[in-house]
Parts: sequence; structure tokens; C-alpha cells
Amino acid sequence: MKVGLFIPCYVDQFFPNAAIATLELLEKLGVDVHFPMNQTCCGQPMANSGYEHLTGGCNSLFMQNFDGFDYIVAPSGSCVLHIREHLHSDEAPEKARNIAGKVFELTSFLTDILKVETLESRFPHKVGMHQSCHGQRGLHLSQMTELVAPQFSKPGKLLGMVKDIDLISLNRKDECCGFGGTFCVAEEAVSAKMGQDRVEDHLEHGAEYITGVDMSCLMHMEGILKRRHSKVKVIHIAEILNAQL
Amino acid sequence: MNVTGKDHAELAGAFNKDVDRVDWHDETLWWIRAKRDKAVHGLPEWEALRETASQIKHNVLANLDTYLEQFEANAKANGVTVHWAADAAEHNRIVHKLLNDHYVTRMVKSKSMLTEECGLNDYLAEHGIEVIDSDLGERIVQLAKEPPSHIVLPCIHKKKEEIGDLFHEHLGTPAGNADPQFLTNTARNHLREVFLTRKAALTGVNFAVAETGEIVVCTNEGNADMGAHLADIHIASMGIEKLIPERKHLGVFLRILTRSATGQPITTYSSHFKNPQPGKEMHIVLVDNGRSTQLGREDFRNSLKCIRCGACMNTCPVYRRSGGHSYHSAIAGPIGSILAPNLDMEKYADLPFASTLCGSCSNVCPVKIDIHDQLYKWRQVLVKAGYTPKTKSIAMKVMSTTLASPTAYRLAGKAGRLVIKYAPFAVNNALNPWYKQRDMPDAPKQSFREWYSDNRKKQK
Repeated sequence: MKVGLFIPCYVDQFFPNAAIATLELLEKLGVDVHFPMNQTCCGQPMANSGYEHLTGGCNSLFMQNFDGFDYIVAPSGSCVLHIREHLHSDEAPEKARNIAGKVFELTSFLTDILKVETLESRFPHKVGMHQSCHGQRGLHLSQMTELVAPQFSKPGKLLGMVKDIDLISLNRKDECCGFGGTFCVAEEAVSAKMGQDRVEDHLEHGAEYITGVDMSCLMHMEGILKRRHSKVKVIHIAEILNAQL
Repeated sequence: MNVTGKDHAELAGAFNKDVDRVDWHDETLWWIRAKRDKAVHGLPEWEALRETASQIKHNVLANLDTYLEQFEANAKANGVTVHWAADAAEHNRIVHKLLNDHYVTRMVKSKSMLTEECGLNDYLAEHGIEVIDSDLGERIVQLAKEPPSHIVLPCIHKKKEEIGDLFHEHLGTPAGNADPQFLTNTARNHLREVFLTRKAALTGVNFAVAETGEIVVCTNEGNADMGAHLADIHIASMGIEKLIPERKHLGVFLRILTRSATGQPITTYSSHFKNPQPGKEMHIVLVDNGRSTQLGREDFRNSLKCIRCGACMNTCPVYRRSGGHSYHSAIAGPIGSILAPNLDMEKYADLPFASTLCGSCSNVCPVKIDIHDQLYKWRQVLVKAGYTPKTKSIAMKVMSTTLASPTAYRLAGKAGRLVIKYAPFAVNNALNPWYKQRDMPDAPKQSFREWYSDNRKKQK
């Protein structure tokens, strides 16, 4: 199985450890992983700001880089959702649809395609799971509290395979952290307040780490934790799933 | 209404200066969201009800002309006078003329978001007609000379102590008394006098049944009934999207409306008005005011399915922390943000951006409006129509050019990390909104791709 590793631009630049963990984890599971060196960004920052018409360059670059793989996997729900919903090409619409259909967020790739049932990892800490909205409500990685439907959680299932991990519960299971792309600066006051409230929920329940499938939400909460000089850390779920025994 | 000319971000910023109030507002509305969850999780058929309601409304919107004519014919046969208003101004003129014709200078009005949308109270006041709102929440904001901040809970932004002060000033209650039971009784006595003396009553409409020509008004206080039954003339104002085909469809809509709104199984009063009482008059004003334009916008048509339950507001993490007035529109929150730009793109260009696109609104919507997708789509429309700041457009062009070129991206990425690492003052300052309440991420030595080049040689 040949997999293209899609690393979101800001993860590449600021959170290489999340990307390294994703790569190592997939390699451990026997996947043939390739990282196309000319990839940049999925185009979401422009599109969510109302400039989807400026994402043509990003779209064609994405298609050039990720043509020919069996699957394309990224440690991000948000960027994957954007590609799934918005990758398009006027010249090669069929090809764009085909590539978009092969893009998977890491945890759902592990549970749905690789059908992982056990993991060799250990993480002896109290961990709070942040449900990133695009992964949860967009990609349905786990059930949403608004809906009357059976419970499930793909990231939760994987964390359950990690030795000695202590998953905390939260008052509000799936409220947004307030990052929201350019929202975080355009609506600074509300964005920061949302982040503070989310962080508070994890702190109140004794989290040592806050994890999730999207580094963008975690970056937002990390900014708030650091401002408070908190010892609590954020960590991408790939780093926990890849943690050594 | 936006009298200040400030946008959502500025108004929300002002609201957030008082953290305790933000926390209180957030908790109050979250409590209502939790009540809604409790009510709907008790119904295994909930998702089927939502889907059915959505499909019924889909049928209504696809055949709106037919249902409107059917409704008009049946209402007329019932002895009701039907009026058509193309816009807010015509609606207000129609109501004014009806009042003038009956020499009425004082009217009682139950909750109607449509009349808020049309600015009816101000219009009538300018023409010497006094309107008293009889919904308790609306009466409170009316006394405070403020617009409602929520479509179901108009004074949810007011604490009980503030309401006590208002009642002390306007209704003569003892200073400092903020006992909800006492204040409610005071309002009841005050409104009872209003109900008994007003010759005209205006109500909103929750549902209009095409099959029978009747309207249904849902209240918890019975105030619509008190007004309409005691007055000589009952005027009901409704948007043209309020139709449902048949009476039996109420079996779906009455079940979802209040569960979504407040977590109650049904409103205390679900009153059907079909015929005028002997010797009295009943008028229905059918108002378009932009609705047929929205019907013609394929991407936004579904917004007309809205039954005004307010669930999207209660669940919205942004609404809860910015307050209804920050939306400077008659209808606040996520649904208001997709309705308002239809009325005035320039004035409401900020609203579709007042969201993180978290999607919770679409999940609670009882008629399954794809609210967060429409917010995304409005952003595209507003940018293309030129209603975004020039500086933002320039920044976005630079960004898209950089990200479309692997070389430019590598250089910019390296530069960005170097700046954060060696010149944090360049980003950690007051001009960077991120830094105001959040620290910047640490800059790693290497990007992932640099690490990959060093550690894996099997590049494609």
C-alpha cells in the first residue's frame, strides 16, 4: 500500500514532531509512506476567508504532488475536510474528485482502512481529548452531542489501545476551541475567550496533556496555556499513539 | 439595529470587557442547550422528525406560490382579510392604515420577529401610535429601549437585578426588588390593564396552514390569546415562508419547535386562529421583504425553512460569548448571519465571518438548514461582491501566491520561524491580535521537510 503523507503547512513549519510521529507510526504499521517534497498548503486559509477563488494554485499543486497514491493521509481533520469538500480542477475534474476521495485523516485511516486493533504504545499521563470540529462534525470521526445517534469515537478507540493512559472527562465534550483560522485574529476577543474556556475545562479535570487530531486547535490552546505559564502541554494524537513502550 | 456603525468583532470586543457577564451569558444559554439535549435525547425518532420537517419545508419552498394562493383563498373564505406586502415599508403602511381606519392609537403586540425586522414599533411611534409589547421578555427590552438580543429569549442578556431596576423606574416596584416571581406578577397586572383597554392586537405567526387558511401562534405566556381575543381587530403579520401544507404537519412541527427552543415538549399555548369572532375583524399580512430573493438564491434557499426556534443561537459558542446585540440585526446568531446579508450585503458583510464554522448550529437545527455551509458560501459571495477590506484582499493574494509556489513557501516558512525565534518582538506585540491573550508557538530548528531530507532518503 503506497501512501502519500500530506503534512499541513503550519505543522511542517511549527510542529514537525507531530509530522514525524505520523510518519513513524504509519511506517511501524507496515505502510509504504512517501512525503512529496513540493507540497505546501491545502488552500483552506484563503477559502475560509472567502477567497476560494484564489486557491487554484494550491489545488493544482496538491494534485501534482498527490497523484498516483493508494491513499493520502494527514494528521489533520481540518485540512482533510477542506480537500474532501473543495479540491477541484476545471481541467481535470474527474482526477480532482478521485484524489479528494483518497484523502484520509490519520485516526480514521488507522481505524477504517488499516483496521488497527492493537498498538504498541504507552503514555502514562492524564490526557484530555479535544474534539476538533472539522474532524468531528465534518469528517464524523466521533459522534456529536447534538445528534440522537449511537456513540462512537475513532480517536477514542485508538487512545483506548494505549497503555496506562488516563483519559479525563470534560464538562463540554465537543465545544469549539475558537481557533477558526483567520477568526482567531479577526474576532480576537471571542476567539481568545473560547480558547480560555476550553482550556479551563481540561484544567478543571486535571489534564496533564491536551490532545486532538488537529494541531491548529492545539496551537490555539497552547498559546493560552503558555500565557498562563501552565505546565499542561498540548500533544498531537499521533505522538501519543507513537509513544514508546 | 446597528446604530453605532460598528461591526460584530468590535461589538463583541466591547461585550467581552466584562468577563463575568460573558461567563454568565454563556452559562445561561448553555443551560438551555443542555435542556434541549435532554428533551431530544428522550425521543428515539428525533432525527427522523428533523428529516421529515426539513422535507415538508422543502416541499413548501418548491411550491410556495401554490400554497400561498391556496392559503389566501381559504383564509378569505374563513372571513379573514388578507394583505400582501412586498417589503417592510409596505407592511408598516398596511398596519398603520388598518389602525387609522379604526381610530386606534394604542396597540398591543405579542412576539413577532417579523415586526422587529420591519421596524414596526419605531414606524408607528413616529406616526403617533403607541405599541406595547406583551411578551414579558419583549416588554422588558422595550422598557430598556433596546432591541431583543435573542429571537426566543429577547432579554436573555439582562440580569434579574437589571430587570428589577427597570421595573422600579417604569412600573413603580420597590427599589432593589429583583424577585422573579414578584416582578412577573407586577408585569402581569400591568399587561392585564393593557389587554383590557387595547382595541387592536398584532400577533406573529408560527405556522400558517394552506389547507385550512388558519394560523397557529405558539406562546408560553398566553399573551397572544389575551391580546387577540380582547381586541376588536386582530392583525397577524407573517413572512411568506411560514406556510405548511396541511394541519397534520403540525404533528411534526409542534413537536420539534419547543424541544429545540427551550427543551419543553410543547409550548404552553399553541393557539389556532381561523375565523374572526362575530362583530370583529381579523387581518393577515403576508410579507415578502427579501424572501423571494432568497428563494431565488439556490445556495441560500434553505435558510427559509427556519422556524425561529433559536437553537442555533443557544449552541453557538460565538453567540454565547458575544451577545445578541453584537450581530446588529433583528435576528442574531448563526441563522441571522445567513439571513441578514440577503437584506443588505454591505451592512451585514461582517456577520458570516462571525463564526468558526464549527457546525454545531447545523446539527441542532430542527429543519436541518446547512447553516455553517451557508456561512462559508456567503463569505465567498461577499468577497466577490467587494464587501471586504482592501488590506485583507491584498494579504490573501500574497498568501495564495506564496502557498502556490513550493520555493516561495519554503523561504517564507523559514523566514517565519526565524522571526519567531530571533525577533519575537516582531510578532509578540500589541499589533498582533494573536499575542494579546495568547503566546506564539515555539519555533523549531527544522521544518518537517528539512528533517525528512536529513532522515529519509526515499523522497518521491
